[in-house]
Amino acid sequence: MNSNDLLKEFIDVFYFIVQNMLPVAIPLLLVALGGMFSERSGVINIALEGIMLFGAFFGCLFVYYVQNTGLNPQVILLLGMVIGAISGFIYSLLLSVAAVNLKADQTITGTALNLMIPAGILLFSRMYFNSDGVTTRVRFYISKIPVLGDIPVIGRLFFQNTYITVYIGLLLLVICTIFFYKTRLGLRLRACGEHPHAADSVGINVYRMRHLGVGLSGILGGIGGFFYAVGIMDGNVNGHTGVAGFGFLALAVMIFGQWKPIRIFFAALFFAFFRTLAPSRSLIPFVRDMNINAAYFKMLPYAATMVVLAFTSKKSRAPKAEGIPFDKGQR
Amino acid sequence: MHNESLSKKNVFHLKKITGSKAFSTFTAALLAILLGLVFGFIVMLIASPPNAVPGIFAVLTGGFRRIADVIYYATPIMMTGLAVGFAFKMGLFNIGASGQYTMGMFFALYAGFFFNLPRGLHWIVCVAMGMLGGLLWGLIPGVFKALLNVNEVITSIMFNYIGMFLVDMWIQTTPGMYVADKARTAYLPASAQMPSLGIPNSGVNISIFIAIAIAILLFIVLNKTTFGYELKATGYNRHASTYAGMNGKRNIILTMAIAGALAGLGGAFAFLAPSSIPGSSVTYEPINVIAPNGFNGIAVALLGNSSPIGIIFSSVFISHIQRGGTQARLFGYEYEIIDVVISVIIYFSAFVMLMQEVAKKALRQLLDSLKRPFGKKGAEKASDAQPAAEIMAEPELSEVEKEGQK
Repeated sequence: MNSNDLLKEFIDVFYFIVQNMLPVAIPLLLVALGGMFSERSGVINIALEGIMLFGAFFGCLFVYYVQNTGLNPQVILLLGMVIGAISGFIYSLLLSVAAVNLKADQTITGTALNLMIPAGILLFSRMYFNSDGVTTRVRFYISKIPVLGDIPVIGRLFFQNTYITVYIGLLLLVICTIFFYKTRLGLRLRACGEHPHAADSVGINVYRMRHLGVGLSGILGGIGGFFYAVGIMDGNVNGHTGVAGFGFLALAVMIFGQWKPIRIFFAALFFAFFRTLAPSRSLIPFVRDMNINAAYFKMLPYAATMVVLAFTSKKSRAPKAEGIPFDKGQR
Repeated sequence: MHNESLSKKNVFHLKKITGSKAFSTFTAALLAILLGLVFGFIVMLIASPPNAVPGIFAVLTGGFRRIADVIYYATPIMMTGLAVGFAFKMGLFNIGASGQYTMGMFFALYAGFFFNLPRGLHWIVCVAMGMLGGLLWGLIPGVFKALLNVNEVITSIMFNYIGMFLVDMWIQTTPGMYVADKARTAYLPASAQMPSLGIPNSGVNISIFIAIAIAILLFIVLNKTTFGYELKATGYNRHASTYAGMNGKRNIILTMAIAGALAGLGGAFAFLAPSSIPGSSVTYEPINVIAPNGFNGIAVALLGNSSPIGIIFSSVFISHIQRGGTQARLFGYEYEIIDVVISVIIYFSAFVMLMQEVAKKALRQLLDSLKRPFGKKGAEKASDAQPAAEIMAEPELSEVEKEGQK
């Protein structure tokens, strides 16, 4: 093999990784943004895993029921996204009511919510579909976007072999960033996670802000979950594997991104890269030759998370009031 | 729900009884269980209305028909429950009991297959190895937390995945341990299996006694030793305990290591067991699923209020409804109904403090209504039922709440 072939192969692998990385990065990004809203408002949201799965389940259930109507797959995807967002929001209410109004332990509540959904999905899927989840047949995959896909380099990188989830995700990132930093509501929300009593003293309703934060995390988590089902699971959802710890990885992404939207975006890309290595390992020449057990690749995102957190957590500054129930009477 | 059981002559001690912590946590746990079962019943009603009543009946009573199995399945979750509860005492949330359990299982199985030791000693070494495996896997989140300031919840979850993938890979690539065409581990040599209690059709073995002994030992450690005191003090207020000269970092690492060892023992107890068929043993199927027993341990710990003695009972209860859940299959319900019930129980346990107050308040109201004929002044005030607002106004709660916040 001469050097020209090797270069060509290398470039192909590069394209492959970028094309596969983006649909993986988007769920992580959205869910981590959701976690950011929740934590910056002062509520630890460890239930993201459950919220994702809840959104994914109802999104896929919707797809399952409309897949024979002949609707355009991309329209189905958009509607499924809305369903996912609504169901994620509804599920997050269980957390926000417990954490904000009832002053429950937020970590334990989140854990309970995470455990409930896989069991619920298995229960209903086995009783009604006789399987472990929902399987759909819609092809959301886009092999090439007209016009844009023909642009040299960029076209191949970003507009071929992809899902529209990527563009929706990036749009949501822009919206979230503007909301977070440029609106009054965003500022108030951030204040509630740092010093709720100060916020309260100037007339901000801390309870409402925290409901908003958790609610936004529910919406983004639900969308992220559905996008996971679309972009990674091929439009299916399964109670056994769930979302494979993506909700937790998103929390790590959020910490690595220091609770800031743009940094979270880059953190999500970083983690998505490790996640993409597993399916692309057979394509990368020197990795292929090393003959490494597949289990190591499966472990990689989780191990990378630990390495990253080990190096960044010493300096990391979490929102000051996160995890502490707000009590008006306490000073 | 205890109102009936208290006779009139006890009325004047009522405040003392309802004020005691053990009582209010007990009622709160019962309330959480009740709500969990009600929710499970509702799910059953939605899923298949005509079978719901016999179904919930099977969940509640099915375990009584298989008491030996209840005990057998209670043992591992008692250990993971202790692993979670022990860390809770220090204010650490050990969600990684699953990974520690799996690692303990692997170490124990490895010793079982490859150590050549005489009968009588072999299984003891296996159990010790299981403990070691869990200890190592618990140590990691402890070190990350103490030295690198990484939240133990995230670390434990990541190491649940890493441990699960590692163990499944190790098992599949170790000849002599794995039977490829059955996709399960092989049967353990008899010397590595824990001595059975000899109850037919059941794997129940002496591990239950070891588990109870460990729970009692932990109770003593927590309540009668300096280490236990430091641990609880750190759990209440980390800064105060550091100020008082306690070595917080060392205690975090030690606590997580002990918690890991406990969960590892759970893994060893679960898989060193003889199965109900003579000559065979319990086997493990590496299918890349995180061990659910670690999460069951969270429910056990919460229901037992993290007290080692409470955990003995709560693990038996959880095991009981799990066995009942297998019986509910006869009525067309999947076993997962129990996982739903357990998660609802965990959910309601999370606002245990609030529920304790609700329970306390209900009793207080009863007390006041009994006192009313005597014309007490406070009686009227208490009957203005304003649950949430009034609870918050009570000074003693803010103290309780602070404890809860840690």
